[in-house]
Amino acid sequence: MSRRIRFERDRSVWIASGKVELGQGINTALAQIAAEELDVALERIRIVAPSTAYSPDEGYTSGSMSIQEGGKGMRAACVEARGRLLAHAAQLLGAPIAELTVEDGTIRAKNGSSVTYWECAAEATEAPPAGAGVKPSGPARVLGKSAPRIDLPAKIIGQPAYVHDMKLPGMLHARIVRPSRPFKRIVSLERIKIPGVSVVQDGSFVGVLAEREEAAIAAAKKLREKSVWEESRVPEDFHAWLRKNVTERVITKEARSEVRGEKTLKASYTKPFIAHASIGPSCAIARMKDGKLEVWTHSQGIFGLRHELSIVLNLPVESIVVTHAEGAGCYGHNGADDVALDAALLARAASGRPVRLQWTREDEFAWEPYGPAMSFDLEAKLDASGGIVSWKHEFWSNGHTNRPGRSPKPALFAAGQLAKPFERTPAIDPALPAGGSERNAIPLYDFPDLLVVKNYVRETPRRVSSLRALGAYGNVFAIESFMDELAAAAGADPIEFRLKHLKDPRARAVLERLIPEFRNRKKAEAWGHGIAFAKYKNIGAYCAVLAEVEAGEVLRVRRLVLAADVGLQINPDGVANQLEGGAIQATSWTLKEDGKIGAVSWEDYPILKFTEVPKVEVLLLNNDFPSLGAGEAAQGPTAAAIANALYDALGVRVRDLPLTPERIVKAMG
Amino acid sequence: MTEFEVNGERRSVAADPDTPLLYVLRNDLGLVGSRYGCGTGQCGACFVMVDGKALPSCDTPLWSVANKSVITVEGLSKGGALHPVQKALLAEQAAQCGYCISGIAVTAAAFLQQNKNPSESEVRAALDRNLCRCGAHNRVVRAVLRAAKEMP
Repeated sequence: MSRRIRFERDRSVWIASGKVELGQGINTALAQIAAEELDVALERIRIVAPSTAYSPDEGYTSGSMSIQEGGKGMRAACVEARGRLLAHAAQLLGAPIAELTVEDGTIRAKNGSSVTYWECAAEATEAPPAGAGVKPSGPARVLGKSAPRIDLPAKIIGQPAYVHDMKLPGMLHARIVRPSRPFKRIVSLERIKIPGVSVVQDGSFVGVLAEREEAAIAAAKKLREKSVWEESRVPEDFHAWLRKNVTERVITKEARSEVRGEKTLKASYTKPFIAHASIGPSCAIARMKDGKLEVWTHSQGIFGLRHELSIVLNLPVESIVVTHAEGAGCYGHNGADDVALDAALLARAASGRPVRLQWTREDEFAWEPYGPAMSFDLEAKLDASGGIVSWKHEFWSNGHTNRPGRSPKPALFAAGQLAKPFERTPAIDPALPAGGSERNAIPLYDFPDLLVVKNYVRETPRRVSSLRALGAYGNVFAIESFMDELAAAAGADPIEFRLKHLKDPRARAVLERLIPEFRNRKKAEAWGHGIAFAKYKNIGAYCAVLAEVEAGEVLRVRRLVLAADVGLQINPDGVANQLEGGAIQATSWTLKEDGKIGAVSWEDYPILKFTEVPKVEVLLLNNDFPSLGAGEAAQGPTAAAIANALYDALGVRVRDLPLTPERIVKAMG
Repeated sequence: MTEFEVNGERRSVAADPDTPLLYVLRNDLGLVGSRYGCGTGQCGACFVMVDGKALPSCDTPLWSVANKSVITVEGLSKGGALHPVQKALLAEQAAQCGYCISGIAVTAAAFLQQNKNPSESEVRAALDRNLCRCGAHNRVVRAVLRAAKEMP
């Protein structure tokens, strides 16, 4: 039928997606779109993992764009397929296309004669007349209704589901040998002899191959303990270091005007490096045979990865097939691509046998790219009526994306470690309006006098790239904390104060949705409530958050209420799940997470546990605006709402993330 | 050879007795539902029941389960019927990526055998050794409370 849609003998529909399942439920939402557009039952849709061998190149699955972009691509492909099928059926049934109806893949003419998609798909090869596949308008059958995730039943009974679970004939197990701190090169590699284990070295890239997994683990551990690396120097204070190492100062937005302020406020904020800290460390399988490379990966961008494998391994792209296989939850550019190159390098030494490389927990914490540390200076002027007339926001950061495939130089980690090393491309920022470090740095509020300045720092003390929400998490934390400080200085209610500076009606609506909840908040000793808001990327979903905290010996977030507008909801429960999960993860970042160099275990890098997780209520505003991604909208507002609630509880302002007990005590003086 | 029972079946394995049970389950017995997360028993993704008690299989040597009964996530469902915990996890759509969910299912199943009528805070405490990064916690807690009512 087409390269991406096939009608299978078992009356299912095989569809190659261009977007990858990251644990966000995208396959379910895309299946809903396909079922709707094709008029077949949802159960018949089989979304197949993307592969460079047969999938459309839809770039990366990132930035909350899968419903916007992938959904559009899926819809277009289905409309095209439906058009071909109807045009062909019209000939078979001797009826005009406009008089045909479709129900669960059966096409019917007015006289009752019918043919199914599966019967006529093979012959439906002619391009259809324009518009033939567009459904007549009517109420949606599948879209907008909560559908259970199509992938969960298998996962819940423990069936193979991830790349980690794949087993190919003759497969070898592998581990890499790297220290847990930044290094320049290997100085000496311990020599070992273990039956069934071989050591692979190319410059400072070292790995082991073994018949049995536990043997690979033991060998890598021994090598790591006894080998010597030249370490890189790491600054003590990242934020001071960032300010001293600026590569370029850029005006992000300037709209100046002469204003008269009565009162000036200034404040500085920071956010640390933050780990993706997926529960399953990165894993890949690679097979190099007869000059061809096959890779199975949980990368967010199989085409970008193929491009870089081609550069580093000096193979034509036509000789490489990269196929997606699910990994554990993905919140941005984690170790997925790097482990794939590592596996491919090891596969070169495996005589055609497939190699399964599992990064260890230590590898993941040490070598996955973290979300960059950031530093912020804010300054604002209030006029006599307590309104903001001037706003300055200056920040310091590394670039927020170092994804493979976007530069002639490779980004993949091991490329820089080989005997003939590649110069690696540094992390940069995607362009505005989405932006990277500057994501959401331009406030959505209307201020007469505005200046936003970015200080890009090219060098970095640790690997960085895209983490959920990119710069939006830190920028919104700073902006919305500062808005709260200004509201307090103006003696204003925090919601009213925001509304006073906000024109966008959809932005106002999510904040207004929280008014009853905020007005009825219960006051108690050491309990506090905070509000924050953002429109993700200034072009995406709207989200306002109310945080309720209890500030005892540690700061506990007891409850979060999210009001969100994501436009038309394809899968309302999926939207709620993404927003709730995002808010809980942001709570973890905000209370606990600080990506210090040298962290190798969950003890070094604790995350929020079941007993610490707040109750989360998601209030979705219903409308028919175009669908917007939901997965990143809550990150920034959640952080600021918690900090604002802490201020409400104790009267102290903590401007450095995470909001640890030590910082709170220090702020209390 | 180490002999033990897995999901009700007697098994005999030639692997080195010091091998962590996780790799025996995944690589020798083809039971990949128990998943590697940390290798040190800190995350819960690999939890299995050993004589009814939930333990991290990554940190449990093979020799220590000799002649014992091991139940993995694959063994929770019987004769095609899902365990009440699994049914409830599905009903509540209590996962995003699902990588942690088999360990959580095992922990919850072991817990509900001991505590038939738990409170919400008891459920949270019982699951505190299982990490979830996607933020599905509250759905999981609702699922375990739901399952408690369905337990035989």
